[in-house]
Amino acid sequence: MSSSGVSLNKKDYKSDQDVRWCPGCGDYGILNSVQAAFADMGKDPAKTLIISGIGCSSRFPYYMNTYGFHTIHGRAPALATGAKLANPDLDVWVVTGDGDGLSIGGNHLIHALRRNVGVKVLLFNNRIYGLTKGQYSPTSEQGKMTKSTPLGSVDFPFKPIALALGARASFVARSIDIMGKHLEEMLKRADEHEGTAFIEIYQNCNIFNDGAYASFTEKAVRPNRILEVEHGKPLIFGAERNQALRFTENLEPQIVKVGEGGVDAGDLLPWDVHNPNSALAMALANLDEAQFPVPIGVLRSISRQAYETGVTSQIAIAQERKTETLDELLTGGETWEVK
Amino acid sequence: MTESETEPQAKSTNREELEQVVIRFAGDSGDGMQLTGGEFTRTSAVMGNDLATFPDFPAEIRAPAGTLPGVSAFQLRFSNFDIHTPGDHPDVLVAMNPAALKVHLRELKKDGILLLNTAKFRPADLKKAKYEQNPLEDGSLEGWRVIKVDLEKLTHEALAESPLDKRSKDRCKNMYALGILYWLFSRDMEPSLRYIETKFGKKLPEVAAANKRVLQSGFNYADISGIFQTAYKVAPATFMKPGRYRNIMGSQAMCLGLVAASKQSGLPIMLGSYPITPASEVLHQLSSYKHHGVVTFQAEDEIAAVCAAIGASYVGKIGITSTSGPGLALKAEAIGLAVMTELPLVVINVQRAGPSTGLPTKTEQADLLQAMFGRNGECPVVVLSATMPSDAFDISFEAVRIALKHMTPVILLSDGYIANGAEPWLIPNAADLPEINVEFATAPPEGEEFQPYARDPETLARPWALPGTPGLMHRIGGLEKQDGTGNISYDPDNHEHMVKTRAEKVARVANDIPPATTIGPESGDVLVLGWGSTRGAITGAVTRLQKAGHKVSGCSIQYLNPLPPNLESLMRSFDKVILPEMNMGQLSLLLRARFLIDIESFCKVQGQPFSSDEIEERVLASLAEVK
Repeated sequence: MSSSGVSLNKKDYKSDQDVRWCPGCGDYGILNSVQAAFADMGKDPAKTLIISGIGCSSRFPYYMNTYGFHTIHGRAPALATGAKLANPDLDVWVVTGDGDGLSIGGNHLIHALRRNVGVKVLLFNNRIYGLTKGQYSPTSEQGKMTKSTPLGSVDFPFKPIALALGARASFVARSIDIMGKHLEEMLKRADEHEGTAFIEIYQNCNIFNDGAYASFTEKAVRPNRILEVEHGKPLIFGAERNQALRFTENLEPQIVKVGEGGVDAGDLLPWDVHNPNSALAMALANLDEAQFPVPIGVLRSISRQAYETGVTSQIAIAQERKTETLDELLTGGETWEVK
Repeated sequence: MTESETEPQAKSTNREELEQVVIRFAGDSGDGMQLTGGEFTRTSAVMGNDLATFPDFPAEIRAPAGTLPGVSAFQLRFSNFDIHTPGDHPDVLVAMNPAALKVHLRELKKDGILLLNTAKFRPADLKKAKYEQNPLEDGSLEGWRVIKVDLEKLTHEALAESPLDKRSKDRCKNMYALGILYWLFSRDMEPSLRYIETKFGKKLPEVAAANKRVLQSGFNYADISGIFQTAYKVAPATFMKPGRYRNIMGSQAMCLGLVAASKQSGLPIMLGSYPITPASEVLHQLSSYKHHGVVTFQAEDEIAAVCAAIGASYVGKIGITSTSGPGLALKAEAIGLAVMTELPLVVINVQRAGPSTGLPTKTEQADLLQAMFGRNGECPVVVLSATMPSDAFDISFEAVRIALKHMTPVILLSDGYIANGAEPWLIPNAADLPEINVEFATAPPEGEEFQPYARDPETLARPWALPGTPGLMHRIGGLEKQDGTGNISYDPDNHEHMVKTRAEKVARVANDIPPATTIGPESGDVLVLGWGSTRGAITGAVTRLQKAGHKVSGCSIQYLNPLPPNLESLMRSFDKVILPEMNMGQLSLLLRARFLIDIESFCKVQGQPFSSDEIEERVLASLAEVK
């Protein structure tokens, strides 16, 4: 049921526009998951506003039968902040990519996160510039050979969730385009969060960066290569569920076998998404994906007042404390009469 | 305030009646010159004089004390008649140190009063001001009426009983100077005593007591010491329209206009802004109006500030952003987005001298072409300009009205001179302000699709459809739109149609604005045309020229795009059009290109406003050429 009282399904969130991503693009899967999750959550399309920047991912609003604003490169979080401040009742979602959100728009993203504006940010990370036909992005691995880096990129990449944690984000999660159910679950968790919810979504660009995530998303390797982080549970992974990730006193990651060498499942630290100290989440975010399993799920979810709530309440208090007519305002201070 | 209330305090001297006085306070940026000048201004306003002010301060908050770059000045002119500028040459110069003397002496009128703080004329002070010899002793001040006062010694004597430390006592010396001038010009001390009490009374009672005492002592000293043979008075201005007045600064008036427009449209303001000189005052002022429902957002940068305002506009608030020239450059792309999505937006640009960082605290009008054309693509916006502190209220109200009615971004220009200048303002009655009617889109009849780019036949404005409204879900963005549906369109004919439609929409605002009016007859030998803050200087010059019998009229326009519809015929009714601008001739360029009229451009780019004298001389020279 939507808040307008009408039962909606996935197709109610589809706009009448033809979807124009390349066939095989990971964006299709994400669109599908968002529509499914919105239907499950009963979102009212009339109260939902999706704001995007520029890039392949940012075409997203056109395909959703909600309100949508396809803005300019990198600025979606700023537009969304203004919209949410101006009408906190709207359900505001930002769709961005690794170039849009972390390169040209990096500043807006980090400031939205620190302010904790009540918008949900979906960052589609394909580690490449797709719409401009294949240049390396701020998340491309060092040495990436692209049209603009024929000898390999020299730049050291961002890890988006580490950046979000560094910006003191209150909600940080990661999911993957082809793991539909998991992604839907993350969207719902983000939706419940007060303040900015940041979800990095690994997304395959089959044209310019095909297989960027294959080393851990291929069905055969997935159980041993992906670590599904869950609140209250230890960091256990593996097809046999017998491997665990733990951290030393110096926050060095270690993979241990559960039940071997004195490691008992009960001794492993359960993950706490509400931990006010973000050090462990940061350690998890910075894992080297070549050596360690790739964590997905909610890494952090702490309670902090949403920005618009604070702003709105200041206005309410100011209005309660002082009433002033327009005439009183205009007259203000010292005046004199000319007869 | 009546004369009788000030008279008894000043008993022993002749009081000569003057029509006007120009005073310049100059000192270190830490000497409190802006506050001192501001107090004299407020008092004179309350006493019913007409007035105009010109604060002129360095960009550095505290440049090294006593040096030439650290000099901060405040000029004010008060009168018993209608004035338009803070005056060309001061009658009185207060110089708190040799640096202030050196920078400002050359502008003081011959025979003018020069009040010097002798405490600061020690060898080290002279060296900092790059004086080889002491000007107090070398005869270089001959021709001026020099009044030497050791402000520091006298201030300390006045505060012998005060518990304040030496440094804090020193800081009161500007009040001593103010007290002297209050006596000299028969000012009422009550408004300043009240102000000091309000400012410091509660938190720092000792500071309040000291400042009040020093102000009073300065006044008494001038009365008793006999340093002046004559004192002066300036009667209240009589020309002024009846009504209630207050003293107002340009940025203040601009903010009040915005709040008034918010009330009259029933829509709250959402300001996105980033601190920048000299526009920050708009952010500060609007931030103090939370009780009027004003939301202010200090963004992470200029781009975020304008984008947040656009986001607010999209969901139905009055989106406003305020900045100065360099910030406008950064906002260009986002303003283009508002043009493409046809959303209301008000962009305030308090211009300063450029290019680049330029002279941040100095005034200039060199952003006109940036406002007109500084965006990619064919990207027309409405451009308006305030012309003086008191009309900033009307023009900011107008900017909101036009943005909402015509669904377009409006760039509202001001400049440092207007923003920080002050003058009396006839306070309007809220009941007399026009309503601003806003209609949001509602769901179309059953079976019809909502058309986000359908157009009002008269204005060509598209409907304002707010997120949250059932049945109007639509998508907008920076890609070219198909007219009507608003869907993305790459169709060549549609693009040209849309470019022309956006231009026509802005052009039609001309049907909704008042005609340009003249100071003087609507035809003659010379029209002195201007825009923005040159208005005061033009009015002063033209009035004098007319009194001297010349067929010269003035015109100062607030509407720059579109132009007032009668402007062309007005210009053609004069043999010559002279256009003074604080830039290299930007409006001149636009008008010449558009109307093929051979306008004489008169440029000044010194970070300083035109004086009436300069314009008068130029017109006389031009008239001589004709004859």
